[in-house]
Amino acid sequence: MTDFTPFQSLLGGALIGLSAVLLMALHGRIAGMTGILTGVIPPLSPEWRWRAAFLAGAVAAPLLYQIVGGHIAFSVPVPTLALVVGGFLVGIGVHFGGGCPSGHGICGIARLSPRSIVAVATFMIAAFATVFIIRHAIGG
Amino acid sequence: MNKLVSAFLIGGVFGLGIAVSGMINPAKVLNFFDIAGTWDPSLIFVMGGGLAVAFAGYRLIFRRRKAPLFEPSFALPTKRAIDTELVGGAAVFGIGWGIAGFCPGGAIPALGLGYSQTAIFVAAVIAGIVVARFARARLAQPAAA
Repeated sequence: MTDFTPFQSLLGGALIGLSAVLLMALHGRIAGMTGILTGVIPPLSPEWRWRAAFLAGAVAAPLLYQIVGGHIAFSVPVPTLALVVGGFLVGIGVHFGGGCPSGHGICGIARLSPRSIVAVATFMIAAFATVFIIRHAIGG
Repeated sequence: MNKLVSAFLIGGVFGLGIAVSGMINPAKVLNFFDIAGTWDPSLIFVMGGGLAVAFAGYRLIFRRRKAPLFEPSFALPTKRAIDTELVGGAAVFGIGWGIAGFCPGGAIPALGLGYSQTAIFVAAVIAGIVVARFARARLAQPAAA
């Protein structure tokens, strides 16, 4: 079980939205983790430096939040094999699909991009179906 | 302000949002997708909060400004096609998301919590991106070689 956290989730979501707005206003870029991560995988994008800085900030923030006393619930309820297989599929999928929940889900839908709306509908349905099959059809 | 410092701080806001919202936690993400079981609808609020701010903020930016502060122009996606690559890629991503419970935006900030499982997932994502890049470069070339 995980706790239902409407207020923290709304606040956290607003911060994710704020980072998307700031990245567009200051750098003119979409705050999509797929694009930002891909830009620092060799062969490097010519603009890898700001992407590396963004990634470093994203990694540092939860660490600092914990250091100042914030609590972050975290548990991985799947075996290592699921992380390897799931991660590999995620990598293939975000490359061909052109984005993930941050890029398509927040930035793309905020721009009312038809591509993003189709992508989000597709990956949500796929994820709901996958979890249903694993937890109820197979795992029962 | 330096461009890299700015990107670092904006990445920090993103990572903090991921942590506070619960997107950092694979158990929470998987429970969101488990309507028939231990359903946790919190992620609807993450999406709602993120979209409300981004929707309003983007409109304000594009109405008020011709260019971003640090760059000569906005770099917006130019692709319009809704094709097999988009839908197939999104479907494969969704399956992987449902298997692992992590997405890239959740996993990168989670690296800061220092669990080896996160590093394993991120390494697998990078491997997937590298393989997909290679496959796409091959597919794009004409058959003759």
